[in-house]
Amino acid sequence: MQTRTSTWATKSAWLLVKELKSEFRTRYALNAVLMFALTTLVVTSFSIGAFALTPRIASSLLWLVIFFSSMSGLAQVFIKEEEAGTANLLRLVAGPDTVFLGKLLFNLALLFMLELIVVPLFMVWMNVSVLDLWLFLSVLLLGSLGLVCATTIIAAIVSKARAKGSLFAVLSFPILLPLLIASIDGTRLSMEGEPLSAGWGDVRLLLSYLVVMFVASFLLFDSVWSE
Amino acid sequence: MFWKMVFLIWMCAVIAAAFLLPAPQSQLGQVSRIFFFHVPVAWVAVLAFLLSFVFSIMYLRTRDSSYDAKASAASRLGLLFVIIATISGSIFAKSTWGSFWNWDPRETSIFILLLIYGAYFALRSAAESEERRAALSSAYAVMAFVAVPFLVFVVPRVYQSLHPTSSVVDVRFQMQMPPPILITFLASLLGFTFLFLWMFGLERRISIITARQKED
Amino acid sequence: MAQLMGSMISLEAKDLGKRFGRRRVFEGIRFRLENKGSLVISGRNGSGKTTLLRVLCGLARPTEGRAIISHSGKELTPEQRRNLLGLVMPDLEFYGELTAMENLLFLSRVRGSNLTRETIRERIGWMGLKDRDDDLVFSFSSGMRQRLKYAFALLNDPRVLLLDEPAANLDQEGAALVHQVIDSQKAKGIVVIATNEQSDLRYADQNIHLGD
Repeated sequence: MQTRTSTWATKSAWLLVKELKSEFRTRYALNAVLMFALTTLVVTSFSIGAFALTPRIASSLLWLVIFFSSMSGLAQVFIKEEEAGTANLLRLVAGPDTVFLGKLLFNLALLFMLELIVVPLFMVWMNVSVLDLWLFLSVLLLGSLGLVCATTIIAAIVSKARAKGSLFAVLSFPILLPLLIASIDGTRLSMEGEPLSAGWGDVRLLLSYLVVMFVASFLLFDSVWSE
Repeated sequence: MFWKMVFLIWMCAVIAAAFLLPAPQSQLGQVSRIFFFHVPVAWVAVLAFLLSFVFSIMYLRTRDSSYDAKASAASRLGLLFVIIATISGSIFAKSTWGSFWNWDPRETSIFILLLIYGAYFALRSAAESEERRAALSSAYAVMAFVAVPFLVFVVPRVYQSLHPTSSVVDVRFQMQMPPPILITFLASLLGFTFLFLWMFGLERRISIITARQKED
Repeated sequence: MAQLMGSMISLEAKDLGKRFGRRRVFEGIRFRLENKGSLVISGRNGSGKTTLLRVLCGLARPTEGRAIISHSGKELTPEQRRNLLGLVMPDLEFYGELTAMENLLFLSRVRGSNLTRETIRERIGWMGLKDRDDDLVFSFSSGMRQRLKYAFALLNDPRVLLLDEPAANLDQEGAALVHQVIDSQKAKGIVVIATNEQSDLRYADQNIHLGD
């Protein structure tokens, strides 16, 4: 007879492992996201040519690429479950908390994977230098966390509606706007060489945003996920 | 019927006062009279947003579809009031600063509200069943409401504000208005709120009748 | 979970009703099953059998009434329900990009149970899939998927087993296995079967007929 030894963390970890395994074998989401990001970067780099980007423009461009790439792939984690018919299987064995955490962690991994490739490429192709690395990384990390926290539940919402692709961006944009503005501002400051203390306002906002969005999504998730 | 007559007379008085009293802001001149209409409409739009948030939460707790009907009615009206506020604000901006749109914090915030309503209704029309429509849009309404306060902190940081603040209404709501103007403004606020509630009641009755019709 | 074995388990439906918009699927469903026993839900196609089964296992919310699964008088928490229920249903799908073994291991772990891999392999073998347990489910025929669904449903030694179209897609051998499963389940717990087949009525201690 089996006994109960698992905690919520273990269960979410198992879901994360399953997601990573599935994604590694099919590469649906990663392909979509990477292709979008790289295409955008190449086209932008071409059209800008030798022109030197100011920090204001460069930071906006970077977050635009991150935002739209996320829109092209972050909803897959729920959409593919509904379309393949496996969503009910998951509902049968996993509680909403486990599903929310597992899927959120996967989207986070996906986004980090994307940024690992895109951010250095962006720096090189756009000829941009970051003068304060700590601020830059802090904003990137917190911004990414906030983005995933806010959009995971929206992805679940979209997976249960029609017109999934465009709907995800339409629903996410108004909610992500504060995050985007703060991230763009913080990234710009880091490119201008301002230290962490100057960007503190942005960092503080990103931190509170991510906490609030996480808690709100966590509480609301069950009403979206369960039938 | 009685209340409708009272309301009619009330609003006529408000409109008359708005045009007969000396202009609220002497530097801006006649165009500042829009203050009596634009600001109450914007406040009512925010009230509508708050109501749809509350009704959405009530729906999620009770799964009673009448709450969802109320949430969408409040949102529909909220959208209408937001559009009116945006247009009136835009007209004011054109005649005062020369351009219809400037992306200053207030304009940006009201535009975001417009986007949220648009997204809300896009979601409702994309849902496949009534149950899903109610649950999904309620969850979205709550998420959107929770995200909005962050705009208040973020948006002013990035753009200079062109909105007149200190001359007529101080940002922290200390009304620096001479009594006749204050009274007219408050009367307008009450009038528009009553208008909203009246329209809301009508929307409710229409949706109940429509639902009953479909059952037969 | 050990303490839940051998104790009084019951499945009760109290005035269960389900509506989709204005279309009424069923209403006033009432029954009670205790400890051991079977219920067969019969009816034409589209009469709501699958929907009723979904309501019973928690995959759908009833519009009226309640479905209560309890042990020793206390209603089960959702987590306990997830561990005590087994379900076989046509529109339940496995992850095609994972193997049979990976699927069941994942499902078992995410549910919180720590069945060993050997035990899982053994149970997959009981359903006649021993040679295919490391193959991707994507390559399985519909009959094999059905067998795997049984392996999954029985993984946790469920006290309540819910079957929708029990012999769907199965050959004679598979159907015989199902017969064994149902008989053995009736001896140790509750079985609810939704079916079109007249012959399945032989399993019934109780019967609910939906539709006309």
